[in-house]
Amino acid sequence: MASAKEMKSLVFGPVFANNPIALQVLGICSALAVTTKLDKALVMGVALTLVTAFSSMFISMIRNHIPSSVRIIVQMTIIASLVIVVDQVLKAYAYNVAKELSVFVGLIITNCIVMGRAEAYAMKSPPLMSFLDGIGNGLGYTVLLVLVAVLRETLGSGTLLGYPLMPLVSAGGWYIPNGLMLMPPSAFFIIGGLIWALRTWRPEQQEKH
Amino acid sequence: MEHYISLFVRAVFVENMALSFFLGMCTFIAISKQVKTAFSLGVAVTVVLALSVPLNNIVFKQFLAPGALAWAGFPDTDLSFLGFIAYIGVIAGLVQVLEMFLDKYVPSLYNALGIFLPLITVNCAIFGAVAFMVERDYTLAESAVFGVGSGIGWTMAITVMAAVSEKLKYADIPVALRGLGSRFIMVGLMSLGFLSFSGVSL
Repeated sequence: MASAKEMKSLVFGPVFANNPIALQVLGICSALAVTTKLDKALVMGVALTLVTAFSSMFISMIRNHIPSSVRIIVQMTIIASLVIVVDQVLKAYAYNVAKELSVFVGLIITNCIVMGRAEAYAMKSPPLMSFLDGIGNGLGYTVLLVLVAVLRETLGSGTLLGYPLMPLVSAGGWYIPNGLMLMPPSAFFIIGGLIWALRTWRPEQQEKH
Repeated sequence: MEHYISLFVRAVFVENMALSFFLGMCTFIAISKQVKTAFSLGVAVTVVLALSVPLNNIVFKQFLAPGALAWAGFPDTDLSFLGFIAYIGVIAGLVQVLEMFLDKYVPSLYNALGIFLPLITVNCAIFGAVAFMVERDYTLAESAVFGVGSGIGWTMAITVMAAVSEKLKYADIPVALRGLGSRFIMVGLMSLGFLSFSGVSL
């Protein structure tokens, strides 16, 4: 059984030191399209964290019985089943959010973080550790997603989680919303800027040519 | 006809998979360093998209949609919840068959595209296009046009991006921004450029 310290580093390591999006460029696909509003980003982050954690756990449980030639298909099936569960739950209990997320919940299946953790970690580690590793990587993804969403929602519509933060000019206030923030390019700029900041803070992650 | 042209133009420019829906970004950012490789990958993605979107349309319409199984005597069955697993299965199977087919009959193309094909199964652009097709309820013809269009749009984006990358080698970028960071800013600028197409409607 691993020590408590090791478990802690499994969960919190990926959040800053080894953030999956900023470092390994994983899971970018679905990460950005859902960041126009904070609530969407939060739901997406939670969904992805749960799927990563449970798929890692289940794959790790049967890792000794999966023939290596068909392992990708086995992993895919497990991940796809979990995503279906998440999608159905969202449609049943949070229909509006589910509708706004549209196809992006389904895209968790092809999200590189989930597959990446299954392949790189869960295939060689015991279930509990794989579960924690999944939670950690999911949290790293969520943190970045939430950061981008906070910036985009505040600057783009002057609200946060739907509550007015800065009164808009159209409603008699002073803030003129920055429309660019609600469009796709801003997400690229923000992520680029975040990576820049992260790598200035931690120079060992820089790419030298 | 006009309807299809407009759908095609929308898929290529206005709703570009990579630049406005962020799909296929993993490969987009990791691979697009050389124009030649980027273009080959783009062609492979286009081929898979052109086949898998209509194929999944048939699967959805004939087996999964509510009431689709009426021909088999189950008029009340709704299997649409099995969608994700069915689509990813179809995509994975299709890629596998395509790989074997090319290997056997068109070895020159296989040599050019071979290494990319396994990667494509998990490419978000493919699954994303299939999911959009289901959500927007396209017909078979529409989904074929949409598949080809989004493939071409994606190829264009990734090739242009690789070309810019090649030139950027000579630029003196702040060390912390090199590589990944500069790529994102670059894609952002390209995406900004593509926004100008958003007013286009035929």
